[in-house]
Amino acid sequence: MNRSRRTTLQVAGSAGLYGALVSIGFLRPGTAAAQAFDQGAFKVSGIAATMKAMGADGAAESKDVVIVAPDIAENGAVVPVGIRSGLPKTEMMALLVEKNPNALAGAYEILDGADPEVSMRIKMGESSNVVALVKADGKYYMAKKEIKVTIGGCGG
Amino acid sequence: MADPMRIRATAKDGVADVRVLMAHEMETGQRKDSSGKPIPAWHITEVTATLNGKPVLKVHWGPAISKNPYLQFKVKGAKAGDKIAVSWVDNKGEKRTDEATVGG
Repeated sequence: MNRSRRTTLQVAGSAGLYGALVSIGFLRPGTAAAQAFDQGAFKVSGIAATMKAMGADGAAESKDVVIVAPDIAENGAVVPVGIRSGLPKTEMMALLVEKNPNALAGAYEILDGADPEVSMRIKMGESSNVVALVKADGKYYMAKKEIKVTIGGCGG
Repeated sequence: MADPMRIRATAKDGVADVRVLMAHEMETGQRKDSSGKPIPAWHITEVTATLNGKPVLKVHWGPAISKNPYLQFKVKGAKAGDKIAVSWVDNKGEKRTDEATVGG
C-alpha cells in the first residue's frame, strides 16, 4: 500500500463523513433521530461518499484504531470483525466495507460506561478494504485493512 | 414475536464482557427470489444496551450485518449481579428486549 493512495482516500473520504458523524454526535437516543441517521449514511456507496455523509471528511489515519479481523475470510456471509480504539474520549466507531453495495456496515455510539471495543459479524460481497472510523474528542480517525473473501456473501 | 436473544455477560476486573446473539433474518434487499422479484430488506436497524437501566451503547446497523447478528462489547464499572439489557428494533418496527445478569 503506498502512501499517496492512502492520502487520496483519506481526503476523499473526509468530506463525506462529517455530516453523518456530526448528526450522530448531536442526536439524542430517539427513534426519529436514529431513523434520520440510518436513512442517510447507510444508503451511500463507496468509502469516500459514506464518510462524507457521516461528516468525517479528512479523518486521520491512526495507530490507535485497530481492526481485528482475519486476512482471509472463508465465508463472506459471516466475517468476524472487531474494532478497538485506544483514543481517549472515543464517542463513535463505525465500520465501512469499500466494495459492499452500501459501504457502512454499522455505527456504534459509545456512551458513558462502555469501552471503545466492539465486535460483530458482517457480510462481504467480495474481497475488499474495510475501514474503521473513530470519532474521539470531536475529531475523526481511521484505520484500514484488506480482507480477502473466498466465498461471496451476497447471498446473505 | 422474534426469538429471544442469547446474552452472556461476564465481569472481570470491573469490566463486563458482553456477548449477544440475536435471531434475525437480516435480509439485505439485494437478493431476488426464484421468480426474479427482489426480496425486500428486513434487518435490525438499531440496538441499545443498558447497564442497570443506564444506556451504555447505541448501535446503528445496516443490512451488511450477518444473519443472526452477533455483537460483543465491553462495559466499564460492571460487577457480578448487575443487569445488562439489550433491545433491538428492525426496519419493520418489530422490537425485542432481553435481559441478562452479569456473571463473575
